[in-house]
Amino acid sequence: MSNVILEMRNITKTFPGVKALDNVNFSVQQGEIHALVGENGAGKSTLMKVLSGIYPHGTYSGDIYFQGEQCQFRDINQSEKMGIVIIHQELALIPFLSIAENIFLGNEQAERGIINWNKTISKTQALMQKVGLHESPNTLITDLGVGKQQLVEITKALSKEVKLLILDEPTASLNETDSEALLELLLQFKQQGMTSILISHKLNEVKKVADSITILRDGATIETLDSRKDAVTEDRIIRGMVGRDLTHRYPPREAKIGDVIFEVKDWQVYHPIHAERKVINDVNIYVRQGEVVGIAGLMGSGRTELAMSVFGRAYGKQISGTVWKHGQKIDTSSVHKAIANGLAYATEDRKNFGLVLIQPIKNNVTLANLEAVSERGMVINKPKEMVVAKDYRTSLSIKSSSILQETVNLSGGNQQKVVLSKWLFSNPDILILDEPTRGIDVGAKFEIYTIINRLAEEGKGIIVISSELPEILGVCDRIYVMNEGRIVGEMPTEEASQEKIMACIMQQAAEVTAA
Amino acid sequence: MTTGTTLARDNAPTNSIIALFRSNIRQYSMLIALIAIMVFFQIVTDGTLMKPVNLTNLILQNSYIVIMAIGMLLVIVAGQIDLSVGSVAAFVGAVAAVLMVEYKVNFILVIIASLALGGLIGAAQGYWIAYQRIPSFIATLAGMLVFRGLTLAMLQGQSVGPFPTGFQKLSSGFLPDVFGSETLHVTSLIIGVVVSLVIVYLDWNGRRNQVKYGFEVSPFGLFLAKNILVMAVIIYMSYLMASYKGLPNVLVVLFILIVAYAFFTNQTVSGRRIYALGGNAKAAALSGVNTKKLTFLTFVNMGMLAALGGLIIAARLNVATPKAGTGIELDVIAAAFIGGASATGGIGTVIGAVVGALVMGVMNNGMSIVGIGIDWQQAIKGLVLLLAVWFDVRSRMKS
Repeated sequence: MSNVILEMRNITKTFPGVKALDNVNFSVQQGEIHALVGENGAGKSTLMKVLSGIYPHGTYSGDIYFQGEQCQFRDINQSEKMGIVIIHQELALIPFLSIAENIFLGNEQAERGIINWNKTISKTQALMQKVGLHESPNTLITDLGVGKQQLVEITKALSKEVKLLILDEPTASLNETDSEALLELLLQFKQQGMTSILISHKLNEVKKVADSITILRDGATIETLDSRKDAVTEDRIIRGMVGRDLTHRYPPREAKIGDVIFEVKDWQVYHPIHAERKVINDVNIYVRQGEVVGIAGLMGSGRTELAMSVFGRAYGKQISGTVWKHGQKIDTSSVHKAIANGLAYATEDRKNFGLVLIQPIKNNVTLANLEAVSERGMVINKPKEMVVAKDYRTSLSIKSSSILQETVNLSGGNQQKVVLSKWLFSNPDILILDEPTRGIDVGAKFEIYTIINRLAEEGKGIIVISSELPEILGVCDRIYVMNEGRIVGEMPTEEASQEKIMACIMQQAAEVTAA
Repeated sequence: MTTGTTLARDNAPTNSIIALFRSNIRQYSMLIALIAIMVFFQIVTDGTLMKPVNLTNLILQNSYIVIMAIGMLLVIVAGQIDLSVGSVAAFVGAVAAVLMVEYKVNFILVIIASLALGGLIGAAQGYWIAYQRIPSFIATLAGMLVFRGLTLAMLQGQSVGPFPTGFQKLSSGFLPDVFGSETLHVTSLIIGVVVSLVIVYLDWNGRRNQVKYGFEVSPFGLFLAKNILVMAVIIYMSYLMASYKGLPNVLVVLFILIVAYAFFTNQTVSGRRIYALGGNAKAAALSGVNTKKLTFLTFVNMGMLAALGGLIIAARLNVATPKAGTGIELDVIAAAFIGGASATGGIGTVIGAVVGALVMGVMNNGMSIVGIGIDWQQAIKGLVLLLAVWFDVRSRMKS
């Protein structure tokens, strides 16, 4: 306990009527990577907001010591001056400004209000070197992929002479390669003596890079594990997070698989803007009744594009190919027709594509099938609508004050359940679930998996798209592997493994390079 | 933290009057503000404001603002804006005037043709906005210039009038009194009483339905007080108007429109979808809502209501002028925002927009009676708009 850089003592933060943080103690040593884990709503983000001054001094009780000095931050500028920098889960970059402009936003290299562009650019280049970002400083953010955007955020943090870097779910939207690179970078920073706090749901990452792990549950510190002393297993962390042993991370599954219910044949899709680019190339897939089919692949491999183009041509141009249900060709040329023909697609981006956040649970649940709660498909029968919403709130145990609560106030897991409710109420035969458990905690994940099982038992065909290979292996009966817009592998789950799936992807990538 | 907050809400006393008031303050705040403004001007004008003659005038003066505010509300809820309504109203008024005065076309045909023309203009603008993805601010700014220009061209800088009496009745006529009493317009009073009874019945029926499905309802005392108040206000207003010339025709039109559009936004599938479209267009589209068509139709509807507004303006002045309706798009937009609509879409009510229009109308009227010049009236109205929206934003942040 020699070199403590940050010490937070007895932090208590209350919101009207609820204690979000209850006497939390949290200390970070100089030069370590300290992981902060806990279920959604455990208080991780609140603790970090207290630390960075987003919740100013006086709105919480307790003391913060940074480098031995007591700190009473009134806003985020003060904490940044001390060298504490947060990178939030949702990236805060301005899309139509360049890398250099974004990095020095709020910290412009200016004399008397006039920006010195040469200085800005040369400093940007130097910083980009450090993180291994090889782009022109004048590139617009919108032209970068998510992985590189994340690097820009880190570069921005470095430009502020950061002493303590806080990363909130940095890999949530990154693919495996980019995540890997980011973690490497963190380790590299550590060798240079930087301290970081890593908030993450991905326990394999935590296990890989963290020196110590602090677990929060229900606003209280449960324990701090030191992985330098003895190895910490994922199960050990989960036990701390949920307060019990979660022996089965995936509910047991007894598949009763019937005939083919859904087929996509010879599917081709071109990019909506770059018209010559083929995004989906000659895809053929099928799903049987009661079967859960996984689509594995890296981010950008075309999984979402495949799903959305099938679902009412919501993505892409010059789409060709046919869609079949029960051996008959069906029309899915608009979202409305796709829904009418028994398709449902639960998006990977529930905030932007899944929910009307300013509306209550009730309105979101019925949105895709309003006709079913209406007289002659025209006039909404409100009591009936409320009964429907209440039923889903109960059966999917959506934690909320009532069905009238606005969805913006729900946690990620509960928002996901509202999205699922919406699609269950549309009564589909085929459900496509795109990253159904992204950014939600272990407990809620288990509930979602249970729902998937239940739907399969009812005889529906289910497609699960996921970047997390253990999840694909845990919930699916059969797996397609996708890469660069093609299906590059297909295997029953019994024969599949993470290595085998990655091998499929790599093999095809190698073929492409060779050709 | 969200789960924590919800737990706290679960424990909150939902039945107390204070909690109920708090949860509804947004809904009622502008109504309370309207009443306060009315009481204020009633006092400073020594009771002129609520005199039967003035009350009738107030309605005649503001009817077209209210009508267009209803259309604008839908446009704003859908996440768009329409700057062209003033010019469209003037253009349709001009076309109608030329048809009636120079070509002697029957006025009923003219009214139908004008509404169709308005719908067509709305369709043209809606096409650019919905299908060609031109931002509505720009498309309708263009429309504002185009149709003002066309109005000038159509009228060649002249005023065209007067109109057949039948057409004038649209704006200046009153319901006939079947009882023929000298002092009191009995028919109007009876209509007022019947309407208030129907409103109370509907509210009671809705409450009974909610109880049947086992939902929480507001305490009976509050329900009773609210309905007695509503009844009293409606009957008193109709009594006031009955003691002058009775109910104006335009008020009947207004009432039908308000009821129809309130029903449309609250109870119908299409209405609900407009709110979803404005709240999150992408999510709505992925839920099977035809967002383009719906946006298009919202502008068609706006065009028709702007046309109706233009006809009423023309009928009221008994002449079509090139300057008619100049600047009223701003009053109409202000009405919707004062009534609680959100500039980012997805939030707003028809009743709110009507109340917003009445707030503006009462202020115009009251300030004119007091003798405040048009210059200061503008400035004060601007500040009221700012304050109203500020209040709304603040109460939204708190909730």
